[in-house]
Amino acid sequence: MATLTVNGRQVNADVDPQMPLLWFLRDELGLTGTKFGCGMALCGACTIHLDGTAVRGCQTAVGDAEGRSVTTIEGLSPDGNHPVQVAWRDLNVAQCGYCQTGQIMQAASLLKDTPNPGDDDIDAAMAGNICRCGTYTRIRAAIKQAAAKSQVTEGASR
Amino acid sequence: MSAIPMHPIRNLSRRAALLGLGAGTLLLSTGIRAGAQQPARRFGGDAMPGGVRDDPKTFISIAPDGIVTILCARSEMGQGVRTGMIMIAAEELEADWARVRVAQATGDESRFGSQDTDGSRSTRQNFTAMRRCGAAARQMLEAAAAAQWRVPVAEVAAENHAIIHRPSGRRLGFGDLAQAAAAQPVPTALRLKDPASFRYVGKGEIGLIDNTGITTGRAMYGIDTRLDGMAYAVVARPPVYGGTVASFDAADALKVPGVLKVVPIEPRPIPSVFQPLGGIGVIATNTWAAIKGREALKITWNDGPNGSYDSTAYRATMEQAARQPGQVVRNDGNVDTALPQAARRIEAEYYVPHLAQAPMEPPAATVRIANGQAEVWACTQAPEATRKNVADRLGLAADKVTVNVTLLGGGFGRKSKPDFVVEAALMSQAMDGRPVKLTWTREDDLQHSYFHTVQVSRLEAGLDAAGKPVALLHRTVAPSIASIFQPNVEHQAPFELAMGATGLALAIPNYRVENPAARAHTRIGWFRSVSNIPHAFAMQSFIAELAAAAGRDPKDYLLELIGPDRRIDPTTLGDQWNYGEDPAVYVMDTGRLRGVIEKVAAEAGWGRTLPARHGIGVAGLRSFASYTAAAVQVAVGPGGELTIPRVDIAIDCGPVVNPERVRSQLEGAVIQGISLATLGEISFKNGRAEQTNFDGYELTRMDAAPREIHAHIMPASDWSQPLGGVGEPGVPVVAPALANAIFAAIGKRVRSLPIRDQLAA
Repeated sequence: MATLTVNGRQVNADVDPQMPLLWFLRDELGLTGTKFGCGMALCGACTIHLDGTAVRGCQTAVGDAEGRSVTTIEGLSPDGNHPVQVAWRDLNVAQCGYCQTGQIMQAASLLKDTPNPGDDDIDAAMAGNICRCGTYTRIRAAIKQAAAKSQVTEGASR
Repeated sequence: MSAIPMHPIRNLSRRAALLGLGAGTLLLSTGIRAGAQQPARRFGGDAMPGGVRDDPKTFISIAPDGIVTILCARSEMGQGVRTGMIMIAAEELEADWARVRVAQATGDESRFGSQDTDGSRSTRQNFTAMRRCGAAARQMLEAAAAAQWRVPVAEVAAENHAIIHRPSGRRLGFGDLAQAAAAQPVPTALRLKDPASFRYVGKGEIGLIDNTGITTGRAMYGIDTRLDGMAYAVVARPPVYGGTVASFDAADALKVPGVLKVVPIEPRPIPSVFQPLGGIGVIATNTWAAIKGREALKITWNDGPNGSYDSTAYRATMEQAARQPGQVVRNDGNVDTALPQAARRIEAEYYVPHLAQAPMEPPAATVRIANGQAEVWACTQAPEATRKNVADRLGLAADKVTVNVTLLGGGFGRKSKPDFVVEAALMSQAMDGRPVKLTWTREDDLQHSYFHTVQVSRLEAGLDAAGKPVALLHRTVAPSIASIFQPNVEHQAPFELAMGATGLALAIPNYRVENPAARAHTRIGWFRSVSNIPHAFAMQSFIAELAAAAGRDPKDYLLELIGPDRRIDPTTLGDQWNYGEDPAVYVMDTGRLRGVIEKVAAEAGWGRTLPARHGIGVAGLRSFASYTAAAVQVAVGPGGELTIPRVDIAIDCGPVVNPERVRSQLEGAVIQGISLATLGEISFKNGRAEQTNFDGYELTRMDAAPREIHAHIMPASDWSQPLGGVGEPGVPVVAPALANAIFAAIGKRVRSLPIRDQLAA
């Protein structure tokens, strides 16, 4: 039985260790904010953070997460106000919204590594996340807004 | 609120029947209508099977704490209907938006009117009804306050969630009045707000009502339903439409840990309408186990009559059909005599393959059956059809089936067909009513969709010595959506032909549209903007080809073909359908079409000098009672690498409720249009779709999307103008504008989609 941390809580996973985290999170833990889109790491809808880095939940087995820390959209921020989430709401990025939790998790990971991404950085980091509604221009704008606001906040706190 | 005019009421007796009375009376009203022998054809929402409802007691409730809850009877799939419809009612109610909540109606058209969320109809056909609904509720609050204060109702008025007694300044909140207002009769004479005093409608300042849920992962889609004791299912379906299970062995599947049961599903023969394809269901304790169980099934299939369907061979068959005369569906002048006399004749054939809607949330539904009643949770665009199909299949009366409509993770027409919900119902039935969630994997979605049709258009034009077209023949060949409802369908339905073929206004004296026969060999269904996609691709590309042949500017040439500004009855254009709208109200207004084309051309800087291998293309179309145009800018690299730095898109859809969502719909339509133009194709071999996931069926991603999309909304003359559709009209103009831009950049004409690597070498 694998033991892992999910959104800060220790979880014992009494399932087939080959089960993808996607299905463990959704069906066993009820964390349905992580979405199924393709099952082959082709669309990014199931993007979560494993030890702080974006991975695809559909291609990460429960066994591979043994002793590691998993963050889902439900745990990205305590109050839903991560700068990326705020920017997404400010710019009304979503249409149907289904892929957006994965987009937000990917964008949060990008900004952690690259606090002030350029367009090419955004293309490279986000090209794995499909949005069928076609919200890409707003995703790009929201990432830039979140980056700008984060830097202002950091500057102010120093 | 400013001075309130009495709203003119078209039909007082009908209004009385619609407002404020229960479902029984509504049925009676329908009976009266049917019995009254009204020969007049009905249009718009009134022509939909469920009609339009505007009863405030159905749609609006107010709690003692003042929270207003408004029901949304249409499905939210990204078009913003849960924000927009609620905004309309809240506006007339004079509610404070911060104290307004949305609740989703269950599937019941006898109470809510038509709930079909398709055809770009929701706001277009319910704007006035939602206004009446909000206004009636406001007047009931005013009447309740006037009665409590014992003052004439003319002395009171609603203002920001309260009723004010003007002479004394007394004030009662909506919550204080809720109970007394509910006891008031529903008014029959309504005072609608002066649109000049709108606070929400038309402003675009209200964010998405589901923004918080979406950005925190709490928003619930069809795939997210969780019930106590729930099991999980997937289905192995016949790989060919019309196929059946010859034999199967479930022994290995049942050995997979977590697998509970293996259940055959009886298929419905062709045409299968909205019923399941059949196959073998696997039910397990979690989705992963169900998928593993399905992989362990051993199934031998009978492929049936479509087992040899090959889309490459079928393209050749359709091209042959397009080179022969076909059923004439529009005939102006005499193309037969005009074409041979033309100074120059130009021909071209265009092809658009099958497409899959591929909503990011694949079809998924949960059903629970208990005490002779079924309860459904589903991401459906058609709640009433879902209810009826589940009821039929389970042998229940429709009123024993409750359909809870979740958010839809995209729809694009796929989720108008409730076959997947019926599958979930059968799985629950097999488990003695235990709740079962059925999920389609992406492979299921791409292999068993109701696909967008496949289409060949052959165009032939005759130009005079000045390069002006004197005759044009369009032969459109495509299997019809009607083939899922009726056997042996060979011709497109009038509504498909009207989408971009018959219903065009062109200043060409001799114009004929023919529809040679074509049969379907897979399930065909609606895809956002439907037949407008192939028809607009062919026509708007061909017009640019004619311009090139004539040595003319393609935008000027297009505008000349549209001709002088005029308002035309669509029925005189061979379009008896007109998107279901009254042709006397929703005319073909060529001035509005010209307007959107000129707008995008101007915004894109049409006519300026561009760098080498850069180009701008334009296209325009009336569809879904709106007018759209796109100007696409491209750069083509030396190896044929296509980049699209900027797209301008404009819509004239009459008055706009939520400009913010209209813009987002246009932005998304640009991406979806680019996606189908550059990458989209479902091909068939041996009756089977060859694409299984997003590696084979590619969609446009961030790195190929335009960095700039500028969406422009043409201002409406006034609020009495009829509303047009918004969800779909943005899509069909994109592919031809892109093809025209590529021609402008490198002189290569794309006639077959997807473009993929056609620009190399």
